[in-house]
Order: sequence, then C-alpha cells, then structure tokens
Amino acid sequence: MSIWRRAMNLFRIKQLTDEIDEELQSHFDEALAQGRDPGEVRRAFGSALRHREASRDARLITWLDSLRADAVFGLRQLRKSKITSAAAILSLALAMGLAVAGFRLLDAFLWRPLPVAHADRLYAVVRQGLGPSGDFRISDSNEYPLFVRERAAVRGEAELVALSFSDRAELTFKTDDEIEKVNRQYVSGWMFAAFELRPAAGRLFTEDDDRTRGEPAYAVLSYAYWTRRFGRDPSAVGRTFRMDNRIFTVIGVSPKDFTGTEPGTMIDVFVPTMMHEGVTHSDWSWFRTLAILQPGVRVDTVREKLQPVMQRFNEERAKGFKTESKLFLARFLDQKLLLEPASSGLSGMQIEYRRPLLVLGLLIAMVLLIACANVANLMTAQAASRHREMALRISIGAGRLRLVQLLLLESAWTAVAASAAGGIFAWWAAPFVVARINPPNSPAQLALPLDWRVTLFAALLTFAVAFVCALAPSLRVSQIEPAQALKGEERQSRRRLMLTLVATQAAFCFVIYFAAGLFVKTFERLAHQPTGYSSENLVILTASAREPQPPQAWDEASAQLRNMPGVENVAMAGWPLLDGNGWNGFIWVNGQPTEVLAYFLSVSPGFFDTMRIPYIQGRDFREDESFPGKAIVNEAFVQQCLSGRDPIGKWFEKETGDGVTRWRFEVVGVVGNAHYRNLREPMTPTAYVPFFGTDRVGRREPKGSASFIVRTKGDSPASLIGILRSEVSHARPELRVSNIRTQVEINNTHTVRERLLAILAAFFAAVGLLLAAVGVYGVLHYSVVQRQKEIGVRLALGARAVDIAKQVTGEMSVMAAIGIAAGLAVGFATVHFIASLLYDVKSTDPGVTIMPILVIASTAVVAALPGVIRAVRIDPASMLRVD
Amino acid sequence: MSRNADALQGALDLLVLKVLSRRSRLHGYAIMSTIQEISADVLRVEEGSLYPALHRMEEFGWVRAEWVNKENGRRARVYELTSAGRKQLGMKESRWKAVAAAVNRVLVEA
Repeated sequence: MSIWRRAMNLFRIKQLTDEIDEELQSHFDEALAQGRDPGEVRRAFGSALRHREASRDARLITWLDSLRADAVFGLRQLRKSKITSAAAILSLALAMGLAVAGFRLLDAFLWRPLPVAHADRLYAVVRQGLGPSGDFRISDSNEYPLFVRERAAVRGEAELVALSFSDRAELTFKTDDEIEKVNRQYVSGWMFAAFELRPAAGRLFTEDDDRTRGEPAYAVLSYAYWTRRFGRDPSAVGRTFRMDNRIFTVIGVSPKDFTGTEPGTMIDVFVPTMMHEGVTHSDWSWFRTLAILQPGVRVDTVREKLQPVMQRFNEERAKGFKTESKLFLARFLDQKLLLEPASSGLSGMQIEYRRPLLVLGLLIAMVLLIACANVANLMTAQAASRHREMALRISIGAGRLRLVQLLLLESAWTAVAASAAGGIFAWWAAPFVVARINPPNSPAQLALPLDWRVTLFAALLTFAVAFVCALAPSLRVSQIEPAQALKGEERQSRRRLMLTLVATQAAFCFVIYFAAGLFVKTFERLAHQPTGYSSENLVILTASAREPQPPQAWDEASAQLRNMPGVENVAMAGWPLLDGNGWNGFIWVNGQPTEVLAYFLSVSPGFFDTMRIPYIQGRDFREDESFPGKAIVNEAFVQQCLSGRDPIGKWFEKETGDGVTRWRFEVVGVVGNAHYRNLREPMTPTAYVPFFGTDRVGRREPKGSASFIVRTKGDSPASLIGILRSEVSHARPELRVSNIRTQVEINNTHTVRERLLAILAAFFAAVGLLLAAVGVYGVLHYSVVQRQKEIGVRLALGARAVDIAKQVTGEMSVMAAIGIAAGLAVGFATVHFIASLLYDVKSTDPGVTIMPILVIASTAVVAALPGVIRAVRIDPASMLRVD
Repeated sequence: MSRNADALQGALDLLVLKVLSRRSRLHGYAIMSTIQEISADVLRVEEGSLYPALHRMEEFGWVRAEWVNKENGRRARVYELTSAGRKQLGMKESRWKAVAAAVNRVLVEA
C-alpha cells in the first residue's frame, strides 16, 4: 500500500470502518444464505466490534508505528548534532519569521476580505480614461449627484454605497483647548445595513439619517476610538462634539472588526454623506463608490446599466464648460466605467504600497529559499555520515519510501521548531514594519489579527519548508546502492548536489543584494534631492481660527513669533511646500489658454527670505499688495508660460474655476525653482501670490487659517516647538495651533516608502548574505573532510598549500560564479518590475552590479577560509594511518 | 507482533494463500467454507481471525482486494493472490512441509 493511501486511510478512518462493517455484514448474509442459524453464526463470529478493531488496526497500526519510530529517531538525530541543528533551526526561523511577517502585512493590506457581509460581491465603481494632460488614469472618485442617479439605475440588482476618502478632522468634546485629530469618513446612511454590521453600542446610521443636506448632525464612533477615548463607556453614546463648526451627536459605535474600508487607515468617526458640502456639487469628486451586487447578478449587467448614466451626466456637465479646449472635452466625454473587485477594500495606501510589499515578499521568499538550501545542505552532509546506516537499512529490507519518510520527519522537526521561533519573530516584526510607514500626519494603521489565515499560512509554510528541505537528501537516498555503500564507496554526486545548492544561494543572494542596492540608491537620491530651499531649522505652525480673523490678527501673531529669542525670521503661507496641499489652474497668456497647469501658493512678504529661495529678478511683495494683482513666479513658470524672456511686468491669467472668469496677475519678481508637490517630478511651474485677498471695496479680507513658517537660529528647532505653540495663542487667543512640524519632517514624508524599501531590502540582503556564507562554509568543510585522505596523499607527495587551496576551492568558485551570473541575468530580466519604485538610478550603474558581486565574492572567500586552512593543515602522516 | 501469534497465523495464512492460489476472487465466507469442505470439516477456520488475517495480508501486499456487486444489491469484497503472495505461498508451503515431515519423523521413530 502506498504511503499516500495509508495517509489517506488515516484521514478516512470512518470510511475504513464502514468498509470493514460492510464486509463482515456480507459474510453474515452469506452464512444465512447457506442455511445456518443466525444465533450460531453470531456466536461463532464473536463481537463484530472486536473484529472491526482488529482489522482496522492491522491496516493502520503498522504505519502509525513506523511514523512514531521515525519521529523519535529524527528528534534523536537532531539532538545528537546540537550545534548544527541549532544553526539550521535559527537560520530557518529567521527566514520563516520573515515570511510569516511578510504574509501578515500583505494579507492585511491587500488580500484579507473586509469583515462585512458579502465581501465577495463587493466591487468598486471606477472610471478609466485620459486625464486633463493626456495621462491614462483610473479614477475611483465620484460626484454625488451622479451617484444618486447611478444608485437609482441599478436598484434591485446592486446596492451602491458612497464612502468619502478618509481625512484628518479636528474635533473637541469639551473646550477648544483640547483638540483631537481623528480619521473621519463620510459614509452613506445605508452602508452599515448593506454591510450587515451591528452596533457595539447605541445604534448605527440608517437611510433616514442621510436624506437632507446638513441634517441631522449625527456621528458613529469606531470601536477602537470608543475604546481609546472613552474606555468603552456606554455613556459615550449621546455625547456631543464640535467638528467643522458644527455640533455632532454620537449615536452609536461600529462593530469591533470593522475599521473602515481603507486598508492602512482606521476610521475613528463616521458621519453621513449629507454632512459633506460636496453632495450638492456636480463638479466635486470626493468619495468612492462601492457596489454590493445581489446574488446571481452579473458584473457586466450592472456595468452596462451604469455606463449610460455616467455618459448622460457628463454630457450635461460638458454643456456648462465654456473655456475648456476641444481636446479636453473629447477626453472628458470618452470615459469608461468599470467595476473592479474590492473585497479587501480600497485605499490610496494600498495602491502606493502594493508593489513595494509584493517586492519585499519576493525578496523574503528568496531569503527563505537560501535558508532552505542551507538546511538541505546540512542534512545532505549529515546523511553522508549516515550513508552506511541508510545502506544497511535498505539491505535489511527497509523500503526507500520508508527512508524518505524518515528524512521528511527529520526535516519536519527542524521546520516545526523553526516555525515556532519564527512565529515569535513575526509577531514582533509585522507591527514593526507597519510603524515604519509613518508620515507624521497619517501613519499607517493596520489591523494585524493572528487569525486562521495567518495560522494556515504558517502551517502550510512549515509543511512546504519541511518538504523542500528533505527533497535533496531524499533524492540522494533513493540512489543509494547498498552493496557499494556498505563497501564504503560513494559517488561524487552528493558533493555536486551541495555545490548546486551553493550556486542557487549565490544567485538568490545576488538578486536580493542587487534589488537592495537599487532601493538604497533611490532613497539616497531622493533624500538628497535639492529642494530649492533650505529645509534645516524651519518650523511650520499651522494655525486656524473658528471665525476668519482680520489680517492684523495674523500679522500680530507673526510679529510675536519673530520677536522670540532663537527665531530668525517668520513668514506666512497658505501651507508649507511639499505637505501635500496644492492649488492649481491652467494659465492664460495674452488672452489665450495654454496647456500649462501651474501651481499657486499664497505667501506673505518675507516668505522667500525665510525659506531661502533665491531671487533671480525683481522684488518681494509689499505689505499692501493683495490677491489678485501681483505674482512672483519661479523659473520653470518663466520658461513654460512666458517663453523665458523679460518676465517682469508681463501679465498672465488663471481660471477662477467657475468656467467663465479669470484672475489677472502682473509678474513682479522671479525666484528660483522649489519643489512644491513632490520630489520625484520635475520642478512644477509655480506662481506665488499675496497672502491676503481683497474684497470688492478694496479692503484686505480676513483669513481662517495659515501656516507660520519660522526659521530658527539654533541647531535644534524641536526645542522651540513647545514655546512657539503657546506664543501664538498668547498673541491672539482667537488663533490656535493645530499642527507643528519641521520642514525636514514634511520632506521626509515623501521618502517614507523609499526608506522602508531601502531599510528592509538592505536587511534582507544582510540576512541572505549571512545564510549563504554559512552555506559556503558548510559545503567546503564537508568536502574537505570527505577528501582529507586524498589531500593527505597529495601533501605527502609534496603538493604545496596553494595547490591544495586551489583544489578545494576550485569547484566552489566556479559554482559561485555561475550563481552570480544567473543572479545577474535574473536581476536584469526582472528589474522592470520594480522600475516604478526607483528614482534616478539604473540597473546598469556599475555600482549597483559590481558591489554585490564584490561583496558576495569576498563573503565566499571569508566563509571558505576555515575549510581551506583545515585542508592545508592536514597531517599527511596521520591521514595515511587511518583505515 | 508477538511470535506466538505469528506461528498460529502462519497456518491460517498458508491455508488462505493456498485456497486463493487454486481459486481466485473469493470472498471471505467462500474462503472459509472451501477450507472447511476440503478438510472434510476437520479444519474449522475461526471466523473471528479470518478477516484480520486477510487485511494484514493485504497490508503486506500478498493479496489484493476488490469490491464486487452481488445480485442482492450488496457488495462483497473478493480477494486474489499477488505475485508477492505467490512467493510467500511457496516459502510457507515448503517450510510447512519440512516441519510436518520433521514432526512425522519424530512421531514414527520416537
């Protein structure tokens, strides 16, 4: 009976028992048919149950017995060679821990279905087409009036739910001094019902809570926020808080598992979509649309119903366009609506981190294979010393399958021990990595439950590792020729196998190192990218007021900050550069539209001095200049909009956004380029405009918020942060500081992903290298021991140490070289897969390819040294005496 | 497995293998009654030990079993000899003959 069938028997005891019963029953029938007395037959038969047990035991016990014996023997083998076993288990534990941690992250980010009903029938409604500047894009945002029509169009076949892109909101439960920042999401009132979620306290929204714009101001708290803020106090339901100048009432708490639909962000406060200003605007795209299909409804059916609705809506909207070009209109009307599976939710972070995490997952897989190769090598080497034992077992009649079972169980012990240790590592490592995705204002938050998915993965991984590790030695066992082995002969293939494994390790090691090099270079390039201004010693205080405050209030606060010791200069801006905010518009020159999309930022006089952005031409704003009217532009703007010549005194216009009117600006100054939106793209054409606007009678208008740009004198702006915060409210109690960051922190948010990739890839490269070094050491050591007699003879015959060293390292060098070459090929063939994650670095850069080659080669040399030394120190006399 | 059981089963195994070598594809009851008939009711196979013996021999690969449908709608499990079983039979048979001859000699000459 094959091992497979016996294993199946183990899992099919019930069926086996039934079969035996049936056979006995058939015997019984036969006896009755022969005319025997039923009572007599039963007596002759004895207890049917006893027979059944005896029969089943005959079929199972043999195998279970051998399994137990092999398991005990395997464990004894491991205990016998404690150090090597410990090395194998630890290296495997590290790799398996990495693999489990990687899986937890990937699963939580990309794969795990949302804890809602019918996650498998959840789709995102997205639009595909060309953007304003001709770039192909898939957009998942929607306009509310269109959403209402879409929902009506597919009623009965699918339920549509609107979910805003989560944002950071400020709320206060008591006084305004205690501002809290929360993740807020606007959701359709019927969302909770559609997802079949039950409240943890109070009640959840219903469709009635989401019917009229701005009414009623209800909120649902998330379970995590309820726990963090109120210690799960049921009386939190019914409390009120202030947010965006409105009073909201808490009506309930969402269930524990539901953290929103955006992996990477946990929502704290849900509010109905009707509380969002955008619900009445046909030109505001501010939420995602999720569709929950009814059972049996085809995706295409829903799609075909939604497409014409969107088309009609867009055509109506296009009639209102006055200034847009024909090309823009054509692109606007040529959009395709698609339904994409969204069972695991949707988030910007998911899109941004999908590829990096998959790449890290692949690197981890390679580290794991390197570790497996080590264990396989180890077992092969051990099998060498047990060669005679194996041969003996075969010659006294052990089946080869039985020997494979023995090896499998040995590697299973290793894998189980490693997965236990690795599990502990993964338990710590996954949250550690999530915590590294930490832009200051929106750190990644990820639920990382140790659920059955992780457990199952770990179990499967353990099985797979046990199998892979036992594969090579098993192949060897099946070749053993007892007669030869018992005589002490051995074929060369064992060493060849080990060398092949070393070549594989070298190849994987190279690929990991190569990728790590690319990521590290990318991070370095981006981190040292000139920004166009001096980021050091800049503190940004973002302040807001409940009611817009007159310019004097802001100026006073500004002056107060400027007078503080340690402060060199202070200016105001709408927001700091590179913090993610943007304000843009198409530029008109000489009354004609251009294709140039320029970025705008309102700044106070002194902004350029404070930021240390150099003046090229012209002057700064004056205190009495206000928006619109004058503008200071950067060099990119001069090049792209003003044909690069005599910019001072020229005029340009920007669309105001109503489709008809435009603002006019006169260029009074030109400054150097500075990054506005992100560090990766080329310098954007930028226009700086005066900070305060003017009303119709020419007075400067009040403002509700601003960012103070503070340049400090000292080396550590952080030490000033506390004082700066209180100083603003000290000067003007109406103003309160909602956020304090340094410019360096803000800039770092643009390299969070690159830093993460660089750090982790470098770590994997180091681990991979270490494991490969262990592999080289082990194999060389083995081959020296194996050939010590031969080496002894050669030394006795007068061979020089150099020759011996050459001999023992020869094969190894060739294999390592082959491995590196293979790795190089793989690296070049796959580099396009990570191209989108790289910046300003090419795979053909000599540094990226030569470094890993040198490192791997020198590591191999170092790892080979002990073996070589052992070889040349062999004492010919003692060697020849052996045997 | 204890040596004692081995000896007893040895005889039963031998009989079963021998019957199956003559007539293939018999079910348990038929094997039992064949042994009984041929031995003219001298050898009565204990029904309780027949099936464990059959299953054990199947485990060793001496016999092969197969389910067949009977006219009454039930299934019966029929057994046939494998080549390993044939080899076993040869070995067991010659050993039995040697032992029997030895026992006879002792009975006659002692």
